[in-house]
Amino acid sequence: MTQTAIFKDSEADRSFRAKWFANRLVVYGVLIFWAIICLFPIYWTITTSFKMAPNVMKGNLIPWVDYDPAWLGWRSLGLSPDTIGNDSTVRDEFMKRFLNSTIVALSASTLAVILGSLAAYGLSRFSFRFGFMKNDDISFFFLSQLILPPVVLALPFLVLYKEMALLDTRIGLILLYTLTVLPIVIWIMRDQFAGIPTELEEAAMVDGLGVWGAFFTIILPIALPGMVAAFILSLVLTWNEYFFAALLTSTHANTLPVMVASQTGSQGISWWSMAALSTAAILPLIVIGVVLERFIIKGMAAGAVK
Amino acid sequence: MSTTDHLHVVTSDTITDSRRRMGRGLIWGSAAVLAGVALAQLGQTSGWWNLGFQTWRPTLYAYCLWATCLCWAQVIIRGEQGKRTLFVLPAALFVISLTVFPLLFGLVIAFSSWNLSSPTGRAFNGLDNLRQMWTDPFYWNAMGNMVWYTAAIIVEYAIAFGLALLLAGQIRARKFFRVAFLLPLMLSPVAVSWMIGKSMLEARFGPLARFARWVGWDNPSFFGSPEVAKITIMLMDAWTFIPFMMIMLLAGLQAIPKELTEASRVDGATGWKSFWEVTFPLMLPVSITAILIRIIFKLKLADIVINVTAGGPGGATDTVTSFIFREYRDRSNVGYGTMLAMVYLVIIVIVMTILMKLAARWAGPRT
Repeated sequence: MTQTAIFKDSEADRSFRAKWFANRLVVYGVLIFWAIICLFPIYWTITTSFKMAPNVMKGNLIPWVDYDPAWLGWRSLGLSPDTIGNDSTVRDEFMKRFLNSTIVALSASTLAVILGSLAAYGLSRFSFRFGFMKNDDISFFFLSQLILPPVVLALPFLVLYKEMALLDTRIGLILLYTLTVLPIVIWIMRDQFAGIPTELEEAAMVDGLGVWGAFFTIILPIALPGMVAAFILSLVLTWNEYFFAALLTSTHANTLPVMVASQTGSQGISWWSMAALSTAAILPLIVIGVVLERFIIKGMAAGAVK
Repeated sequence: MSTTDHLHVVTSDTITDSRRRMGRGLIWGSAAVLAGVALAQLGQTSGWWNLGFQTWRPTLYAYCLWATCLCWAQVIIRGEQGKRTLFVLPAALFVISLTVFPLLFGLVIAFSSWNLSSPTGRAFNGLDNLRQMWTDPFYWNAMGNMVWYTAAIIVEYAIAFGLALLLAGQIRARKFFRVAFLLPLMLSPVAVSWMIGKSMLEARFGPLARFARWVGWDNPSFFGSPEVAKITIMLMDAWTFIPFMMIMLLAGLQAIPKELTEASRVDGATGWKSFWEVTFPLMLPVSITAILIRIIFKLKLADIVINVTAGGPGGATDTVTSFIFREYRDRSNVGYGTMLAMVYLVIIVIVMTILMKLAARWAGPRT
């Protein structure tokens, strides 16, 4: 193009465009860089579970290009296509832990959401007075549980559970996990209920519903997204919990993180099977994270903005 | 939080005396059952009689019965008002029975010498545990490490703020980046400690070690020297928790009214200046909340340390939690461990109270 353009950008405009492009370049550069930081460990773990020893040693990264994927890691778990039909003690062990984790995480989250929602609703709607404690004090009492470090409870619980034969049982873990996520649920739900106008219940009560009736038929459906957010956040925290599980369970109620942790020492570095195990442990949450991302963000954002 | 939007319902319940008596009877009756069972069991453990109890379960059941009766009696005695109490009471009972009792019990343990593996059982030893703690270099070393770990939050905050600003800006594929940035938070610390700590940082074959060699670090060892090991743990913890702060800050950024930033632009404030003069002050309350919560989570840091370094080298990466964990795991020293945990709790409560007071003064409305 040798013609001179009739309408051309002035010098100032062009420098602005250059600046804009540079700006975009930096922004996307940083975004992509951080995305790589976030995703690479996950990618590494998933691909390593399909590697064989030489691939690991050579540091091959890209399947089919660098190396041929093999089922080695999954075979050791008994989850590869050729072993899935056979009996496998490792797989039974894994499924047991997986089931434990699922049951414990789901029940603890459900219990926490029920107890927490009720408490948060009560605190956002009625004035209470338990002795010297008023509403704000009660809220603070619940939220202050967040500060309590797990170690403080761990050893007394260990001894108490031993006395009550709750050691190494799922129900013991469920109770403890409910306790740890309850403050978070109350925090999120209090925010949710505060955003719902009281006129709704007033109208419902004029129509003849009781307090609980109004709560279940009018308020609960409106607050449901918040409850889902709280539930998922609790699920993530309880699924990943390691400290209490390591202390309070030994053979029957072990959860998946305990199994992952116990494998790291004993088997040396059979990386492929560890990678397969880790992948299996994180996969449910990755799926939840990708599918239900907006609920998680909603839940975590709830307390931040008043 | 405001008390003005409470729901005020005036109800007139007619509660007969007999109903009230029944409610009271329910509470005291179940309490008597609880006391009776507890006494029977106490008698057995003290060796007064033998009723064949294997565990303390019966007391637990009696306690549950009492708690249920207490909730039920609220409605019987106080009618409509009791139904409202029923919203909060179950959660309150649950939390009280699961924290207050163990804490009181923990206090008893803390002042006794109790090694679970020794046959002698528990014995009060007064302030011996405190004295031992005072001269325990590893405990104070772990405490010092916690200060370093907590200080790292400032850097995490800066990174999280930067990422939140980028995500709040005008970008394409926003959802992809948001999900990608969120994922580290979903992963269990145990899996992370294997994925990153044990495999990616492995000195011979780990991709990060390879990368370090390629950059020019001849003999990469991420857990060799105390300083490097500490920084590595900090980085791994930051990796999991930066998304958490980022999302809170992002929510804060999105709640800022557009008019404010536009107005500042009209007034001639450009990028950097508009950030410091407008965005940052507006974000101060959210930032403080995010940092405080992050500190609370940071003080619980243990899983990664337990699984990657087990406190090594020489206690350089130990957190208080991981130290107490090993105190129990390796030595079954319940009494001493509980004392350490109690002292930790007291320190945390003091520090958090001071921080919250400071934060309230700092972020509060200025005249």
